[in-house]
Amino acid sequence: MRNAFINVLTELARKDKRIYLLTADLGFMVFEKFRDEFKERFINMGVAESNMIGVAAGLALSRKIVFVYSIVPFVIYRCLEYIRNDICYHNLKVRIVGVGGGYSYGPQGATHHALEDIGVMSVLPNMNVICPGDPLEVEASVRASIDFQCPVYLRLGKSGEPKLHNNMTIRDFRIGKGIQVYKGDDLTLISTGSMLQTAVEVRKLLKKRGMEARVISMHTVKPIDRELILTCAKKTKFIFSLEEHGPNGGLASAVAFVLAGLEKTCHFYSFNTPSRFVEKVGTKEYLLQKVGISPDAITRKIVSKMGCI
Amino acid sequence: MKKITAEFCNKKAREIRRDTLYMVAKAKGGHLGAAFSCIDILTVLYFRILKINLKNPRDINRDRFILSKGHAANALYVTLAKRGFFKESLLKNFLKDGSIFATHPSSFAIAGVEFLSGSLGHGLCVGVGMAIAAKHNHLKYKVYVLISDGECDEGATWEAILSASHFKLDNLVVIVDYNKIQAFGRVKDVMELEPFKDKWQAFGASVREVDGHNHSQLISALEDAPFTDNKPNVIIAHTIKGKGVSFMEDSIEWHYLTPNKEQLKIAIKELGGREK
Repeated sequence: MRNAFINVLTELARKDKRIYLLTADLGFMVFEKFRDEFKERFINMGVAESNMIGVAAGLALSRKIVFVYSIVPFVIYRCLEYIRNDICYHNLKVRIVGVGGGYSYGPQGATHHALEDIGVMSVLPNMNVICPGDPLEVEASVRASIDFQCPVYLRLGKSGEPKLHNNMTIRDFRIGKGIQVYKGDDLTLISTGSMLQTAVEVRKLLKKRGMEARVISMHTVKPIDRELILTCAKKTKFIFSLEEHGPNGGLASAVAFVLAGLEKTCHFYSFNTPSRFVEKVGTKEYLLQKVGISPDAITRKIVSKMGCI
Repeated sequence: MKKITAEFCNKKAREIRRDTLYMVAKAKGGHLGAAFSCIDILTVLYFRILKINLKNPRDINRDRFILSKGHAANALYVTLAKRGFFKESLLKNFLKDGSIFATHPSSFAIAGVEFLSGSLGHGLCVGVGMAIAAKHNHLKYKVYVLISDGECDEGATWEAILSASHFKLDNLVVIVDYNKIQAFGRVKDVMELEPFKDKWQAFGASVREVDGHNHSQLISALEDAPFTDNKPNVIIAHTIKGKGVSFMEDSIEWHYLTPNKEQLKIAIKELGGREK
């Protein structure tokens, strides 16, 4: 996802001189090309995230489109109040790009895990939260963000994520509009971020058992695509949300909020990470399995839930 | 156009002090000590130094001013009104229900306010961004940021000046309102800043010290900027909290208090009486 991000940003920056990239000293072996091509518009702010957010606000108030980049917890939690007062209050064209959503930096330990960020960013007025599900969604969301008037939080994974879309499904990408990646009428899987990959695998496993799951990539968690959720609630009796994020304030909250308002609703269950720090580290796959949201575990739980009713 | 003199600023600053005092006394809210500490700086900036366009307050070539010590907003409002950004009569709504004039300044609705402040340690960071943009856009405007001494406890203030030096922002002018009192005590007791000048210099700034109530000194320092090519400018303005009213001067209490009728009478008398 990192490479998809920098490649599309490089292409866009050639055409649009308003585009700036600020980093808090991260991006080694990723940003060199951008730095060399746009010397002035690449600014390494040093390891000082709060100042970086304030500087981004100053640039955006001077009509620039500013992408700021660091690992999620550093660029979100460290400088939350700067994001709130400087970026959100003034409703600026700043794109906060966090790398390492969820357990992407699994082996690096708890400081690098990001399981509260969607909630933290979603509660801020004017902020929009996008969690691309694959490199094609990264590219599409960066493109869409250029003409988007409000602040954006872009939650990336890390690197090596597979492409899950084809040209057809990605064609009409719009911020705030989820994408139906696969059809299916027995149940709906709504995923955000890199859990799209898990959703696609779960769909395959369910198919073997004769169940047809529709798969929605809900890349934008805020604003949530209410219309699409309502359609899914009408068409399928079961909705399952999948996210690499804690139980509070993420995709599950957003979906539940839409469903809660309905007179006639469907069954809804959420797959998310627990609200606790890990005791043992490991790869993202290891940690997801450990907290019970691997494709196998999710498939088993879905079968059991749907069998009971 | 004839240049505004130090004498004019002196007279204007008294007017602004008086009007701020009336406004705060009436609303029973706002930080008087912090306002009186920086009114001379605000007066010199708005009447002599800043290039502004009253017809288009968002003119791209305007000088930028950020009141990072947002708790002195009352003084800023009166200064902006006196300078002609909006009608003085609007200020009768200060702190009233439905007013746009809060204890700390909002940039949503008030002409001339560049940036929301009230939380310390933000203004200088934003000023750095504006100064970088000026350089990249080849625009001649300067960026002035007024910070408090208490604000220098904030790490981000030092992150910001470190970056201002690194990016050679000689179009950035930081004015420190050094009244040596912060919210809960004297600076030397709460969090010592001395050797203060050395700290700024060590971070790469070009530093001047002035008497922050002497209009000639303020004018001369502000007009001299940039002091050194490629270095950000810092003016340490030695000030007195509550300056202008004897019983408010150098007092922590008057960071919070508003005057009663008797105190108001004495204070107005000390400020040269009511002129209108």
